[in-house]
Amino acid sequence: MSKVKAIEFVEPGSTQITKTGAWRTFVPRIDQKKCIKCSLCEIYCPESSVHQVKDPISGDLIFDIDLNYCKGCGICEHECPRHAIKLELEEK
Amino acid sequence: MMKVVEGSYAVAHAAMCCSPDVVSAYPITPQTHIVEHLSQMVADGELDAEFLTVDSEFSALSVLVGASAMGARCYSSTTSQGLALMYEVLYNVSGLRMPVVMTVANRALGAPLNIWNDQQDSVGARDVGWLQLYVENVQEAVDTTPQAYKIAEDMGILTPIMVCMDGFILTHVYEPVELLDKEKVAGFLPAFKPEYVLDPANPKTIGAFADPSTYTEFRYLQFDAQQKALAKIEAVAKEFQETFGRTFGGLIDTYQAEDAEIVLVTMGSVIGTIKDAIDEMRAEGIKVGLVKVRSYRPFPVQALRKALKDAGVIAVIEKDVSIGNEAGLVTDLKAAFYNSKIRTPIIGFTAGLGGRDITVKDIRKITEKASAARKGIESEFEFLDLRTEILP
Amino acid sequence: MQNLLAPGHRACAGCSMPTVVRLVLDAAGPNTIVVSPTSCLEVTTTPFPESAWCVPWLHSLFENAAAVASGVEIALKRFHKDANVLVIGGDGSTFDIGMGSNSGMFERGHKVTYVCYDNEAYMNTGVQRSGSTPFCAHTTTTPSGEISLGNPRPKKDMPAIALAHRVPYVATASVAYPVDLRRKVKKAIETQGPSYIQVNAPCITGWTFDAGKTVEIARLAVETGLWPLFEYVNGQLTEVKKVRRPKPVEDYLKSQGRYRHLFKKPGGTEVLKQIQAMADANISKYCLVD
Repeated sequence: MSKVKAIEFVEPGSTQITKTGAWRTFVPRIDQKKCIKCSLCEIYCPESSVHQVKDPISGDLIFDIDLNYCKGCGICEHECPRHAIKLELEEK
Repeated sequence: MMKVVEGSYAVAHAAMCCSPDVVSAYPITPQTHIVEHLSQMVADGELDAEFLTVDSEFSALSVLVGASAMGARCYSSTTSQGLALMYEVLYNVSGLRMPVVMTVANRALGAPLNIWNDQQDSVGARDVGWLQLYVENVQEAVDTTPQAYKIAEDMGILTPIMVCMDGFILTHVYEPVELLDKEKVAGFLPAFKPEYVLDPANPKTIGAFADPSTYTEFRYLQFDAQQKALAKIEAVAKEFQETFGRTFGGLIDTYQAEDAEIVLVTMGSVIGTIKDAIDEMRAEGIKVGLVKVRSYRPFPVQALRKALKDAGVIAVIEKDVSIGNEAGLVTDLKAAFYNSKIRTPIIGFTAGLGGRDITVKDIRKITEKASAARKGIESEFEFLDLRTEILP
Repeated sequence: MQNLLAPGHRACAGCSMPTVVRLVLDAAGPNTIVVSPTSCLEVTTTPFPESAWCVPWLHSLFENAAAVASGVEIALKRFHKDANVLVIGGDGSTFDIGMGSNSGMFERGHKVTYVCYDNEAYMNTGVQRSGSTPFCAHTTTTPSGEISLGNPRPKKDMPAIALAHRVPYVATASVAYPVDLRRKVKKAIETQGPSYIQVNAPCITGWTFDAGKTVEIARLAVETGLWPLFEYVNGQLTEVKKVRRPKPVEDYLKSQGRYRHLFKKPGGTEVLKQIQAMADANISKYCLVD
């Protein structure tokens, strides 16, 4: 627990210490072959958890989901115009 | 140089001398003249501040929350219903530790509607986390304004202050006043430099919510700051005296109290009448004196114990009532003595509600009742000037 | 896309509100100060000692955000600083309890962009009716029952109230139209004076639908004509989002639990007609169909 000061100035972006991925029941998987990189999943994700990253093997820019925070809501699956994202029951 | 001015002008002038960045205003009697004078000063270029006329007292104080979070020195004034409308924001300003200074032109609360003076408004707001200083005359209202900023803006305190002056009696009176010199005030009151402000280059969050694991600590820190203010209020009053050559006391003040057997305790403008009454009674050989409570929050427990330890009997006179249990000051004073060795009888009087005059005759009556109470208390608390003839 | 709202916040899975805020902040950029009233947004993003906000952010009370933002704006002026001042709050504070404070901010002409994420009820306290709740929606204080078909009153017309204050930029937007929303926020913050944007923001728990359908439902509101996307500049209607072939309102209403009773109860059919008439009135007023 951090200390309490007289004035509660809170650091920006500090909710990142809370890994809301623990809430998840279903986990989204991206089929990179179907992805057209429209970035709708990134735009709509309420958790700011879809990011463009460089594929470590091919070096291409791909979309990746940060499972530390993804709550498994399924908006990305629902909105993907190419049905490239599928929710699966997550085994924990 | 002494100048005969209206009390509201004198206070507005004092606020101007403190160079506020932002002033918010909403009209309510008997506070209105203060903001009228301030707006004229802005219109004449005498006061360089952002002056905002808003939609309610609630917004008047809310605007200052935003401005204070930006590091602005803020001023407003209100009274009565206006202070009541601000109630939620009062807690917010103190909880966010914003050093706002606000003049409260004390007035009664409705119903029944009444625009005249008593102190129910601010005494009723004693628990909102603001410091409260009560003044006895216009000069003290003037002098307390820069003192209030100096106390509020202390980095160990950072707590808002109400400077409470009796409505009409002090706001509308014309009397000779030594107005402040702006340059001299600037030397006494340094610019406010907060630790953080709302700044995109350093984007902090202000006003996060605290759950049961931390809420108590935030409240404790406010409590602790008020305790620290006890010494600061004294020190600032002394420093003001050194710079300006005037004092009306720090936490408390006394008049003829040293050898007094009967001590009257009160706050605000009734002190003038009480001093006259004391002079009369002293001439007749009655050993009566006065302890003035200048700081009601923080409540100066130690100072009052010291000042009242030799009194034979204490009578508290106040312009408020805690409907259901006597009144604010007398309850607080009794509580201050309970764990001390002082066992002096204390009786309480509520008087002057809704603008009813408190006369020298009334003070003499209280003194007589107090004298009688030394032999045994008949009535612990009463409405002094009750017109029983018009009661059902 | 700039991420100025960090993950780890506690909004429900599938909530539209964080997406609205991300889009607003993406358009406004980091030189922005946000004031939020008490709301789902406030409690889910700032549990001490954490904050999801990556721009300076201030919360005071439920009903004073516009007054607080006014204070921020005049202090910026006082200190010769420049930053966008935004209020981001829900419909409870915007339509109801903060109305006086909003009116004051609009009327005084502060350069503040007020964004209302409109989920059409008091969701933070558990789905009670607000002045924004649409006609015949079920809430916990306007429940459907033996003799009730839900909220008896139509939604308050907040954009019209803003326009009556001569607010120079007034627009509606939707979480389902991110390009449109971002463009409107950019225009709003460039406006000299106050601006008001009301964003349709579906609530999964209050409206009752599956989490993944958030954006789809917001889109249906636009496609049926129930949530027209428009823009007023200096009091003139300057732009509307055309709806090619408006869908029947049933498509939108059927997707949500809050309207379930309209499809089961006697009298529901009549209400559906009335709601269709509201959509038709929007279609005609804003010329949504070419």
